[in-house]
Amino acid sequence: MNEVKAPETKAQAPRAERGADEATLLPPVNVVEDSRGITLTADLPGVPKDALLLQIEADTLTIEGEVRLNVPEGMEATHAEVSLPRYRRVFTLSKELDTEKVGAEFVNGVLTLRIPKAEFAQPRRIEISVH
Amino acid sequence: MYRTLFPRDIFSELDRLQRELQESFDFSPSIRGTGRGGFPALNVGGTRQSVEIFAFAPGVDPKSIELNLDRGVLSISGERPSDIPQAEDKKQSVHIRERFAGRFRRVVSLPDDIDPNGVTANYRDGVLRISVKRRESAQPRRIIVE
Repeated sequence: MNEVKAPETKAQAPRAERGADEATLLPPVNVVEDSRGITLTADLPGVPKDALLLQIEADTLTIEGEVRLNVPEGMEATHAEVSLPRYRRVFTLSKELDTEKVGAEFVNGVLTLRIPKAEFAQPRRIEISVH
Repeated sequence: MYRTLFPRDIFSELDRLQRELQESFDFSPSIRGTGRGGFPALNVGGTRQSVEIFAFAPGVDPKSIELNLDRGVLSISGERPSDIPQAEDKKQSVHIRERFAGRFRRVVSLPDDIDPNGVTANYRDGVLRISVKRRESAQPRRIIVE
């Protein structure tokens, strides 16, 4: 019997590396800091959950997403404001942030990241002694 | 495949450049925000059977989006709530604020051959896709020569 082999998936460099020189869209973000940590929200419309890539390496946070639209066959674009299929944005984190405890939520194309501050960096009131 | 469907034009490239520049020198952002197009961003395309509109409206409750078709003009309106704390909270500081918030409205002028009763819309992953059928009579037919 002949065995039908599934085509091998192409070996690809991790997306974060591959995407470095590729033209991408810059997703708009909000960053709000409070005493316990930082909340980042980013707009990534058109990205399904499985096409979102979050990576924290040392102190670099990379957000990447691939736009997957259900475009009907034979469609011709007449007007395009979102003209690239990929979002990418990189942030440098500071060392008081606890990258082990990052919480992520992705609903309706909006990514919410909560990056808490490390225990040692939690707020303390510093007493000023006046002599 | 994507680039052929939504070709990159010089204006969108310029827009991107401008945003990136602004990104690096953003000491005094404009009073109207980052100045990139309206919200939601729109992609429009067509097939022989339909006109397809993709509105990139992340974080909007689909039930709150109002879609109207009046004399060949489709309008998309609604409101996107802000996630930035409204009250003056001294313990919070806003470092970056780029995401659109507030009421929005965009209009698209549709071609003449559309069927106003053949509109469907669905919302997925933050994208509202509106599909407007073209009228049967306007669809290409082969004419038989007798």
